[in-house]
Amino acid sequence: MPEEARRRDGDHAVVIPIGTGGRPGRGSGSARPSSAARNLAPTARKAASTKSSTKPATKPTTKTATKPSAKPATPAAGKKRARAGTSDEKVVPPPVDAEPTTADDTEQPSPGTGIPVGEWLAAAQDAAQEIFGADWERRLAELMAFVRRRLEGDYDVDDYGFDRELTERFFMAALRPIAEKWFRLEVRGLENIPAEGGALVVSNHSGTVPLDGLMTMLTVHDHTGRFLRPLGADLVFKLPLISSLARKGGATLACTEDAERMLSGGELVGVWPEGFKGIGKPFSERYKLQRFGRGGFVSAALRTGVPIIPLSLVGAEEIYPLVGNVPSLARLLGVPYIPITPFFPWLGPLGMVPLPSKWILEFGEPIRTDAYEPGEAEDPMLVFNVTDQVRETIQHTLFDLLRERGNAFG
Amino acid sequence: MGRVVLVTGISRDIGRRFARAATGDPSIDRVIGVDAVPPRGDIGDVSFVRADIRNPVIAKVIAKEDVDTVVHMSVIATPGSAGGRGTMKELNVIGSMQLLAACQKSATVERLVVKSTTTVYGSGPRDPAMFTEDMGPKRLPSSGYAKDVYEIEGYVRGFARRRPDVDVTMIRAANVVGPHVSSPLTNYFRLPVIPRVLGFDPRLQLLHEDDLMRVLCHAATTGVPGTFNVAGDGVMTLSQAVRRLGTPSVSLPRFAVGRLGSTMRQARVSDFSPEQLGFLTYGRGVDTTRMRTVLGFEPQFTTAETFADFCQSIAPAVREGAGRA
Repeated sequence: MPEEARRRDGDHAVVIPIGTGGRPGRGSGSARPSSAARNLAPTARKAASTKSSTKPATKPTTKTATKPSAKPATPAAGKKRARAGTSDEKVVPPPVDAEPTTADDTEQPSPGTGIPVGEWLAAAQDAAQEIFGADWERRLAELMAFVRRRLEGDYDVDDYGFDRELTERFFMAALRPIAEKWFRLEVRGLENIPAEGGALVVSNHSGTVPLDGLMTMLTVHDHTGRFLRPLGADLVFKLPLISSLARKGGATLACTEDAERMLSGGELVGVWPEGFKGIGKPFSERYKLQRFGRGGFVSAALRTGVPIIPLSLVGAEEIYPLVGNVPSLARLLGVPYIPITPFFPWLGPLGMVPLPSKWILEFGEPIRTDAYEPGEAEDPMLVFNVTDQVRETIQHTLFDLLRERGNAFG
Repeated sequence: MGRVVLVTGISRDIGRRFARAATGDPSIDRVIGVDAVPPRGDIGDVSFVRADIRNPVIAKVIAKEDVDTVVHMSVIATPGSAGGRGTMKELNVIGSMQLLAACQKSATVERLVVKSTTTVYGSGPRDPAMFTEDMGPKRLPSSGYAKDVYEIEGYVRGFARRRPDVDVTMIRAANVVGPHVSSPLTNYFRLPVIPRVLGFDPRLQLLHEDDLMRVLCHAATTGVPGTFNVAGDGVMTLSQAVRRLGTPSVSLPRFAVGRLGSTMRQARVSDFSPEQLGFLTYGRGVDTTRMRTVLGFEPQFTTAETFADFCQSIAPAVREGAGRA
């Protein structure tokens, strides 16, 4: 429809030059109509589409629209003549052309001139159905209630600052398509996650950016309904924005006090003992586990008697292949490393898109710690042995999974 | 024969109100209020003794009145009300030392209740989510109120060691909020536009002023020795608080908030000390298990209820006197 209208405009433009005397800017025969001509010509279209316009030049056209039964364009042209003085030449052709369209307009105000209200509503309903599904009315009401609660601060956070509602409805919803469509997560060994009670999920850490932690949280929640409470490095809580998001997402500081408090409170806690050594390791060392901290997570589990669930995660190493680092800049900014990948920072923001590797998560068999006395957490040899056991389990599972997966992007 | 309670810091609103509330307690015979300046409001049956706890006169008061319970609550948080940081430090630290010295000499004192604060734990990115009474600050406070309180707590512990026969109760109260409280935090919430630190959403834990009165009375009458965190249940984030308050807020980078704070301090609009800035950046949470199990105290208000009560009290005031702040 717009094309037709434009063609009509063009026709007028061809008609306009009669008697212009070659004055520049006033219908000099060019393909583009002058501003005066544009005001004059497409009466019908303007009438509908510029009703709200307050420009004085459009006044005549709106007038024509209000009384379409009379010869609509003539008064407009008359006015124009009074204003423009000389450019009255094409008065006749436009009305001839425009008359049918104006008639059209009054009967069914549709083609190209605006969409009737009914159709807008139908479209909005369709859109709502598309987004919210069949029971969109209820879902929409829920969404509005959610927004209102958020704006009024009428929601609860737990002692660690975990905002369950925000996490479920916003963070998880944002991550889900990435997990399913981009990384095509495959999960195994879900039966090893206890349905209730405290447990400590220990995982390898990789990928330059701790996306693996986020994906693990999402996976655990989607498959078991429990929230994985990650323990984060103190840098996480030092950085603006990241710190508040982390607390709202359920994280807390990786320290003995918090770990034991969460575990004895019956939470499912996630820990990545490699820390920055793990996510910031070069691509050449992929899938080689780094040192597992000082085994603090093991003593926390021993003291609270919760099982340790080893999680091996394959795929995160390839999302941002770290090939370089800028240690001096990193020191300056107070961060552990500045990543250089084959695409970042060379491609700018585009380089921040993770590569679509295939991910496999395997939760291993729980390592029970309730057989030990809580006092045995003070025995460093036992702590080191259990730490090594967890580390070896994850490392071997990683090799198995890698062999099985084959092509990283397959 | 009931108890004779000596309350320090009675010129301030909280001290005065506690003293009045204590006179209503059946197990308390007499309440003696002590301060360097007379109290501004009605003190009811409390007998006021004008004495400066910074000089040894306080020992004579204790001896003459046969005081057996001392409630020390004259630790002030803001230099503005005391007339400068130097005076504030002297009142807080030297005053507490003199008071403890007097208590140590006294033969009648059986109980000492000190109103401390959770500010002593500090606020930082390396803090655990919840502080228990056994933990100390991750970084020693270098200045201000937090340092004073830290030092006073040290002297109180020293006193408890030297006089094991005296029951020493230290109440580490969370930020006290209520319709009548004028503290750095309540003044902050009364600002017409609330400045926040960009990218941080601290957890706050509040204690209602009535609960503070009750816990001090409880400690003075039961005399359970030890250090206790006292706070309302639950935490709320600053963003939640601001939204529930309905006041507009503006997020600024941390250094800008600090600059704004010092400007406001100079203009005497609000007291925005460095430890306050740390608190509004990183927040703090304390574990109150021992308050329930050992002290046997149950606060009436949760953090959310405390704040709701506070909101109700200030909502009209903010609307009328937004320019006054």
